[in-house]
Amino acid sequence: MKLTLNIWRQADAAATGEMRTYALDGVSEDMSFLEMLDVLNEQLNAKGEEPIAFDSDCREGICGTCGLMINGQAHGPEVTTTCQLHMRSFKDGDEITIEPWRADAFPVVKDLVVDRGAFDRIIQQGGFISANTGSAPEANSVPVPRDKALRSFNMATCIGCGACVAACPNGSASLFMGAKITHLGELPQGQPERDQRVVNMVGQHDHEGFGGCTNIGECAAACPKEIPLDVISQLNKDLRTALKHGH
Amino acid sequence: MAMTDASGTVALNQPSVQTSDDAAGYYTPGEPIVDAKAPTGPIATRWTNRKFENRLVNPANRRKLTVIIVGTGLAGGSAAATLGEAGYNVKSFCYQDSPRRAHSIAAQGGINAAKNYKEDGDSVHRLFYDTVKGGDYRSRESNVYRLAEVSANIIDQCVAQGVPFAREYGGLLDNRSFGGVQVSRTFYARGQTGQQLLIGAYQALERQVAAGTVTTYTRHEMLDLVMVDGKARGIIARDMVTGAVETHTADVVVLASGGYGNVFYLSTNAMGCNVTAAWRAHRKGAYMANPSYTQIHPTCIPVSGEHQSKLTLMSESLRNDGRIWVPKNKEDCDKDPRDIPEEDRDYYLERIYPSFGNLVPRDIASRQAKNMCDEGRGVGPMVGDFRRGVYLDFADAIARLGKAGIEEKYDNLLDMYERITGENPYEVPMRIYPAVHYVMGGLWVDYDLQSNIPGLFVTGEANFSDHGANRLGASALMQGLADGYFVLPNTIRDYLADGPFETVTEDHPEVVAAHQAVQARIERFLSIDGERSADSFHKELGHLMWEYCGMERTAEGLRKAIDGIRELKREFWSNLKVLGTADSLNQSLEKAGRVADFLELGELMCIDALNRRESCGGHFRAESQTEDGEALRIDEEFAYVAAWEFGTAVENDPNEPQSSMGTPVLHKEDLIYTAIEMKQRSYK
Amino acid sequence: MTPVATHTSAPTLVKGSRAARSTITLKILMAASGIVFIGFVLVHMYGNLKAFAGHDAFNEYAHHLRTFGEPILPYEGLLWIVRVGLIAALVVHVASAYALARRASTARTQKYAVKKNRSSSLSSRTMRWGGVTILVFLVWHLLNFTIGKINPSGGATNDPYNLMVDTFDLWWMTIIYLVAMLALGLHLHHGTWSALQTLGLTGTAAARTRAKTAGWVLAVVIAGGFSLVPLFVLLGVISK
Repeated sequence: MKLTLNIWRQADAAATGEMRTYALDGVSEDMSFLEMLDVLNEQLNAKGEEPIAFDSDCREGICGTCGLMINGQAHGPEVTTTCQLHMRSFKDGDEITIEPWRADAFPVVKDLVVDRGAFDRIIQQGGFISANTGSAPEANSVPVPRDKALRSFNMATCIGCGACVAACPNGSASLFMGAKITHLGELPQGQPERDQRVVNMVGQHDHEGFGGCTNIGECAAACPKEIPLDVISQLNKDLRTALKHGH
Repeated sequence: MAMTDASGTVALNQPSVQTSDDAAGYYTPGEPIVDAKAPTGPIATRWTNRKFENRLVNPANRRKLTVIIVGTGLAGGSAAATLGEAGYNVKSFCYQDSPRRAHSIAAQGGINAAKNYKEDGDSVHRLFYDTVKGGDYRSRESNVYRLAEVSANIIDQCVAQGVPFAREYGGLLDNRSFGGVQVSRTFYARGQTGQQLLIGAYQALERQVAAGTVTTYTRHEMLDLVMVDGKARGIIARDMVTGAVETHTADVVVLASGGYGNVFYLSTNAMGCNVTAAWRAHRKGAYMANPSYTQIHPTCIPVSGEHQSKLTLMSESLRNDGRIWVPKNKEDCDKDPRDIPEEDRDYYLERIYPSFGNLVPRDIASRQAKNMCDEGRGVGPMVGDFRRGVYLDFADAIARLGKAGIEEKYDNLLDMYERITGENPYEVPMRIYPAVHYVMGGLWVDYDLQSNIPGLFVTGEANFSDHGANRLGASALMQGLADGYFVLPNTIRDYLADGPFETVTEDHPEVVAAHQAVQARIERFLSIDGERSADSFHKELGHLMWEYCGMERTAEGLRKAIDGIRELKREFWSNLKVLGTADSLNQSLEKAGRVADFLELGELMCIDALNRRESCGGHFRAESQTEDGEALRIDEEFAYVAAWEFGTAVENDPNEPQSSMGTPVLHKEDLIYTAIEMKQRSYK
Repeated sequence: MTPVATHTSAPTLVKGSRAARSTITLKILMAASGIVFIGFVLVHMYGNLKAFAGHDAFNEYAHHLRTFGEPILPYEGLLWIVRVGLIAALVVHVASAYALARRASTARTQKYAVKKNRSSSLSSRTMRWGGVTILVFLVWHLLNFTIGKINPSGGATNDPYNLMVDTFDLWWMTIIYLVAMLALGLHLHHGTWSALQTLGLTGTAAARTRAKTAGWVLAVVIAGGFSLVPLFVLLGVISK
């Protein structure tokens, strides 16, 4: 198939970017979206134009590295990661607009690559359970009810790709935080630090310049791991509890 | 006559004596490795004794000691967190934009641990035994025993961190049997065990960042090892965003940089996985051990065309219910499989291995799939001259368990398959094909995980130590975390007890030289100004490697591959085209550096494979098989670790100043077993 | 093309975060004040429907509001307590909304060239403009019936019932009120669910469905209930 691609090009963080249009022919529907960009890059390289920078690593939908805004949707039209999107979701003659995640807390590094270091810093502020190596009790000494374990697991599937932020009209990272709060909060091991965790993570979130949540739900719809909106409810509840406890 | 060691422990085998010499002319014989620093005595006491013998570092001194850790996967992330907790000053490097993205994240199946929660006869000794046997008796027994010993602690540690392992209704941890073993010792978190374990390690690491003990350097790629007075004292790394070439010095360097499966171009590795950190250390003198030991996983989604950038693994568990077949007749290969009658199907694994059937080990399942395709009975689209795929059919299982039953067990996997191929596996048999998945080879380390370069430690997939010639399912995660959480922190302290070492400044001549060499190499890539992209060279290299150094290897093919790689390397250094600049994010430049190292590694892998004229584990030499075509291991000749020393170039070729590679030197480390007797595998 | 935003806050870790200073606390304040308004408009709507009972019943109700609680409370005592409460809620609601909207606008200074909405409702995307619309309407509404007692038909203003009928006899006044009720309905549709979510009461899929249903019910009942009177005045069912 033949495609027209409008792609954001930006030399570096300080540069002014612009949309540029490329025509690409010979795309097969079995290609993944990123393989389609690989083909374009090979052609650009041959023509002497610098290839388009974009992030990807595992290309099997689990590492969370890739992430493009495709025709106005984070990770494109399917509920999956950009690397697992295949060209059979498009048709011959389509025009596709490709942009980086847009959020001031995710500054553009180059072309379609952004810096998501803010997520790491949010985790640094409490997205963990403090358990020094060697200090752990026997694993089966604390049973975890299966429903709680299951909910914890479901929220732990977040891959930290940033699609929630990209899709949110407010540029909020509430879904990301909510997933972590719920993952750790459902487990008995996560209780001692629960109040401090939510307060510090939210504090860092606000400091990074993410917006506040207005419960619109675009994040959950864009999430390739289908993290549900109720984690934001959990996040709010935990914050309210912490507030009550005087944190 | 039985040999005994100092403590009176009896050796069960004699050192082997190699009589064949297929690789003559390609290598130089070197001194054998006599001391791998493995403790002696009864195997069950060795690790305990070593932990006690190893010296301690005063807590007050720890913050004065700097540890560089390259890689943030299970092995690197867990080590960085643990050493940070202990109070060392840790610098953690990764090429990804976050430590959480290291490729350990993609591991699906699970992690083994000798907890014996099922009371089904598991024990440390049985896990040890299974791992050595699974590795086809090509691993060091002391290391493997230690691995089995600490496996239970890993589960405790991970649960305490909040890793959401699967649980039973009573709230206790669930286990499953995995990878053909007869006990249920595998802990899992649905099909995402690697992700959950890595996030646990990542969170522990980030906690230490906030505590100020660990500094992370993301989007940084190690491009050289800094050696001062024969010791590893730091690294040269490139900030991939600004392009700055930085010097980082330390008291000790740990490489936890993963495997090099991407030398095959197509593999289940992530796009960025590379050998550069390990190869640069190798070029500085670290031995590379058993580089040709590659694991090829039988159940991957087949290649669909020339554009393919990577292969996707599907959990081996699919073989529990799916039946593998190809058409009996070549003419049927392009037919709709549903139209091929039962009598025209060849369920070849069930036919050849009646007792194990579809559950034969990975290497056998992979090799037989290749044989079927080589016979012209492969299915799926033509890629090159062959159809590369065999059917994995769930029709019988659906008839037996119902569609809902299959859905419940494998839904995620089948969904993923449909997403990638566009075919519905509930209606049409799936197509699978083997793909490179893991490398057992890696930098040589002693029992303490220290390479032959003092101060350079290597952990996880980057070292060679625990899996022998074949890795069992659910053992990679175990090894990564064992190394990082429990082994390295206990061995590195013996080395650091001599520190802090004399400060190395950036203007030290050896540092300056390393820095300049890195810069010169980068400039070289940008100035060749040829016609071909690094990716195109990589693809060609991968093709050679897969064809001649893949599932089945012959002396003739390997020699051909070596010639081909040398030719390709020459072209690379004269016809490469890298656009852009060195002072910004430049993915083509990164790729060029990685491909340059893969080209050198590929040659060494072929030489190693050529030398090893036996079939063992994942390494099948056509010249060494039984009458009925099964792998024939030759313990009398090859029960040793092949540790290769980088061969300094005899003469400097002016055309390839950056790639001059001399004849490698082979050092052998004999594998002597005292706790286990070597046996031939049989799955008939 | 506009220049690209650069990172404004240095990538550092904040120390001493307080729950009370977080954006979520702002949201909780919005939710709480919003719930006060929901209670108010329900009572208000109930009073409006008295119009169907005729001139005297309606005026009696209006008068009774002023004498409620006498003699413990002074004349209009309860009314003023409620008014003060409502003004406080209004200040909190608007101030939080303003703060959050400002944050949102600085969180993404470089807009997308193409952006699609995948699942969000119209009501959720119109909260800010809808809120402003309601606020502007509120000013007029207070001038019309409470503070200024402006009779747009130019008639008498001392009789609440007659003032109301005079107002809605004008087709364009009815349209203004109906538009305002549409805005209120939309605001309540998302606002109700959003308030419950913000208060952390929607932790399960079932609770989420209930909260969304509550949004629909309140939107239809309140906006519909308020719209009946103007419509029936215009249709001549309710008249002087």
